[in-house]
Amino acid sequence: MSSLTTLEAGQAANARNKKRLTAFLFVVPLLVFILITFVAPIASMLWRSVHHPIVAELIPQTLSELQRWDGKSTPDRQTLQTFAVELHKLNAERLSGKLAEEFNRAYTGMSSVVKASARRVGRLSESQLQAEGAETLLKAHKNWEKPQLWFAIQRAGQVYTYDYYLTALDLEIHPEQGIQVREDTQIYVQLYTKTLNMALVITLLCALLGYPLAYYLSGLPENRANLLMVLVLLPFWTSLLVRTTAWIALLQTNGVINSFLLGIGVIGQPYEMLYTSFATVVAMTHILLPFMILPLYSVMRGIDPSYLRAAMSLGAKPLPAFARIYFPMTLPGLSAGALLVFIISVGYYITPALVGGTDGQMISNIIAFHMQRSNNWELAAALGSLLLGLILLLYWVYDRFVGASNIKLG
Amino acid sequence: MSKIPAYYGFWHHLGSWLLKTSSWLVLLFLILPILVIIPLSFNVEPFFSFTEGMLTLQPEAFSLRWYEAIFSDTKWTLAIKNSFLIGIFATLIATVLGTCAAVGLARDDMPARRLITALLLSPMIVPLIITAAGMFFFYSDLGLAGNYLGVIIAHAALGTPFVIITVTATLTGFDYSLARAALNLGATPLRVFFDIIMPLIRPGVISGALFAFITSFDEVVVILFMAGPQQRTIPRQMFSGLREQINPSILAIATLLILVSIALLVTIELLRRRAERLRGVERID
Amino acid sequence: MARTLTTRFSTFALAAALGTASFAASAQDSLTVVSWGGAYGAAQQKHVVDPYMKDSGVKVLFEDYSGGVAEIKAQVESGNIQWDVVDFEVIDLERACSEGLLETLDHSVLPEGVDGTPAADDFIPEALASDCAVGNIVWSVVFAYNEQTIGGTKAASITDFFDTAKIPGKRAMRKRPQVNMEWALLADGVAPKDVYEVLSTPEGQQRAFDKLATIKNDIVWFDSWSQAPQLLNDGGAVLVQSANGRFYDAIRQENKPFVIVWDGHVYDLDAWAIVKGSPKKELAMEFIKYATGSKPLAGMPDVAYGPTRKSSMPLADQSAAPHLPTAHLDKGIQAGSEFWADYGESLGEKFNEWLLK
Repeated sequence: MSSLTTLEAGQAANARNKKRLTAFLFVVPLLVFILITFVAPIASMLWRSVHHPIVAELIPQTLSELQRWDGKSTPDRQTLQTFAVELHKLNAERLSGKLAEEFNRAYTGMSSVVKASARRVGRLSESQLQAEGAETLLKAHKNWEKPQLWFAIQRAGQVYTYDYYLTALDLEIHPEQGIQVREDTQIYVQLYTKTLNMALVITLLCALLGYPLAYYLSGLPENRANLLMVLVLLPFWTSLLVRTTAWIALLQTNGVINSFLLGIGVIGQPYEMLYTSFATVVAMTHILLPFMILPLYSVMRGIDPSYLRAAMSLGAKPLPAFARIYFPMTLPGLSAGALLVFIISVGYYITPALVGGTDGQMISNIIAFHMQRSNNWELAAALGSLLLGLILLLYWVYDRFVGASNIKLG
Repeated sequence: MSKIPAYYGFWHHLGSWLLKTSSWLVLLFLILPILVIIPLSFNVEPFFSFTEGMLTLQPEAFSLRWYEAIFSDTKWTLAIKNSFLIGIFATLIATVLGTCAAVGLARDDMPARRLITALLLSPMIVPLIITAAGMFFFYSDLGLAGNYLGVIIAHAALGTPFVIITVTATLTGFDYSLARAALNLGATPLRVFFDIIMPLIRPGVISGALFAFITSFDEVVVILFMAGPQQRTIPRQMFSGLREQINPSILAIATLLILVSIALLVTIELLRRRAERLRGVERID
Repeated sequence: MARTLTTRFSTFALAAALGTASFAASAQDSLTVVSWGGAYGAAQQKHVVDPYMKDSGVKVLFEDYSGGVAEIKAQVESGNIQWDVVDFEVIDLERACSEGLLETLDHSVLPEGVDGTPAADDFIPEALASDCAVGNIVWSVVFAYNEQTIGGTKAASITDFFDTAKIPGKRAMRKRPQVNMEWALLADGVAPKDVYEVLSTPEGQQRAFDKLATIKNDIVWFDSWSQAPQLLNDGGAVLVQSANGRFYDAIRQENKPFVIVWDGHVYDLDAWAIVKGSPKKELAMEFIKYATGSKPLAGMPDVAYGPTRKSSMPLADQSAAPHLPTAHLDKGIQAGSEFWADYGESLGEKFNEWLLK
């Protein structure tokens, strides 16, 4: 028996590499599948939030004319003329609406100016257009004289841009002062704060309701506890839409709760509960509560009750004993549940959309709004990327404290 | 009440009484909203609330009209068909790929395990609205939006993390020397997989498949963004029903869905017990 | 055992492939037609869609939507076309048309009326005004109250809608600037003929928002016309805005004690249009030709909407005549489709910001 030769060491390394390869080969199909069907779509969304070639494609000549512009006064006649010609062409191709939409994002209120001007310029004949295109433009609306507008057009014409992130953070870029807080409306930061606040309230409520229940269940004999756990697991397994429907039935103006309270005479007229942030919080607490109870229960089951008893028999008062000995031992379960509930509620869409009304909306709903209603996909992508960043941060925290591979189901 | 011995007197009795009461209130909070739907779905009136007749148990206040409405409305029947079709195919893909990956991930010599696990579990963590938005752009470019194939693979991607988690759970503590021995005796890897590994992880595979199925069955955001009118599913139909015209057909379908979840819950519970018996381990979770 | 499992898996895979293929194929012979649901949708189903499916053998997926151009825009710009034919409010039509979201239609292929009048003379001029669509009905946005919930003072005019002192309680409106801005100005004393002129100025827009702000806390916003009769029925609001046909249907079919107030109504057309890039453009045009024929249109007065063909009226249920918008034109204004083509986006944005304030 000689010691390991180089050859043998090499063979061992080969064997190990082969094993690693075998293990890896098992994972490859799913890895490729997830990369294509899931990661690539999200990457394409991130890309869209910074890559925006449409304006550059619509008015390439105007943008190249604008490179000569001093940035302080109305651009020269030649630039305006070039723009008028391009606008005339876009109007004929029915693309002026698209341009109007883009300008409107860069400079609020421009949509109607562009559309009305396009209509006017579009009526000019070819020779009129050459002779008085620029003048028609200025006659159509006085905004075309404003340097701020052309500054906005210049920025909208950038193919690579971070402007959507500025908008998503309620910032804007000013020709002289640089980046500053948006003057007219600030929506998004407020909405992020509100989302985080609501997620926090929901998490706290889940903890407040879930902790005593999990404690109670963990103290019961196993058979009885399993039986009662069904009451926790059934909601967990029930469709989200079903649970949301249930809350609509309960909270409506003439719904179950109002009719009941009216019936027993506690209230004189029905309360408006549906379509408020109250409805969002209650329904989401109900939906996410099992995510809090399950990890808590699992941790509490594992704690030997004799610890607490021992402490108390040594003279510790029950409450301090509970606070100092039992509670710290349940912290892993509590933090796992809390982080899970928080992460899920920050990105929630369906329930606020159905029961939240105007005031119970969260950040996901405004993303959906920009995807489906205002069609500002770039802004939706920027808002989504920020949300994704936030979630990944929380996920990282979760992974550090709880371990992502420790997620258990059922 | 094993944790609080009786000799602590009045305050303890009060405390344990409070605990018990509050726990039962929370349990009621969890279950009552779901149970309330069931009687309401038999309402003869087109409302979401109890009528006087229902409260006094008049037989004529109850009817099956909303159930009839569902099964005679082609939109609902198409939605039911779609939900099962999309769910079953998405589950198949997710289960096959997920099981395979879990087996690989469970091996000690898996390179970059932490990173890959995080990546593979990410469909579960990323908010659906972001997933749906990304898929809408990407799948539209590929011509996959608005058809069955696109929706099925999107749902399959969302279901795989659950398969990985459940299968990994059954694999912890698995002794790979068994598999190695079989290989040494000349068995093909495929045979080893199906004859040795499969029986052991089957409960995990089945419960993972159920999770993947319910994920697809319950999913509505991706459908909202990506699917066309032909791919309407039950949750999608419920979503538009709740937004536009609320009537008790939604409660009828909700009642049917509750039955589905009860069936799933029972299956999962049986599987869990079986898995524990198989592995001979006492597990608490 | 290994054999059986692998065979089973490959059978599944094969079934999956076949299943997908057959579903893709079955999608080919169907047409997706999108309209407004509720009573109007039911009338269209009965008089247009069902007979068309019977006559042509084409399968029609009849979907609901709640207006606006956003969904169509998303489909056209992403290239993911889901809808073929859409029933547009003309208030949204001009915008969609000028933004290149709709196919241009050849009006000369429309069939003559049952009485032999050529299509160009049979249709009212407004119905053929746009290159992108064929008008099918005249309808109106009105408000109504419920006799049982209104209390002592009944609403009679558009000013009452904005007068919470005179008639206390919630108002329900569709969540959009269209019509609501017009109503605000009318209630604020702007003459009907000047409404759109005033609304083109920033001051006029501010005036409208200020007027809306006086009742903002009392407004219940809804997304779809179908929600409106329900709100009026269950007491969710005292004065409810909706399409006249929705109220008419609830009054006639379900004997609801609703009363329509015609003062300040904004009348408009609905028109069939084809989504740009629809793979079934020819089939879609066949459907429109059918749907705007004299006979299918004669069914629209069932829900108090006026047909756009003159030849349809003699075929229609005459009892509806006094309830058609055309019987009340003097009390209302026509929706400004060109105005909303230009201002729809800017005002939509301002409106949403105003809502969040």
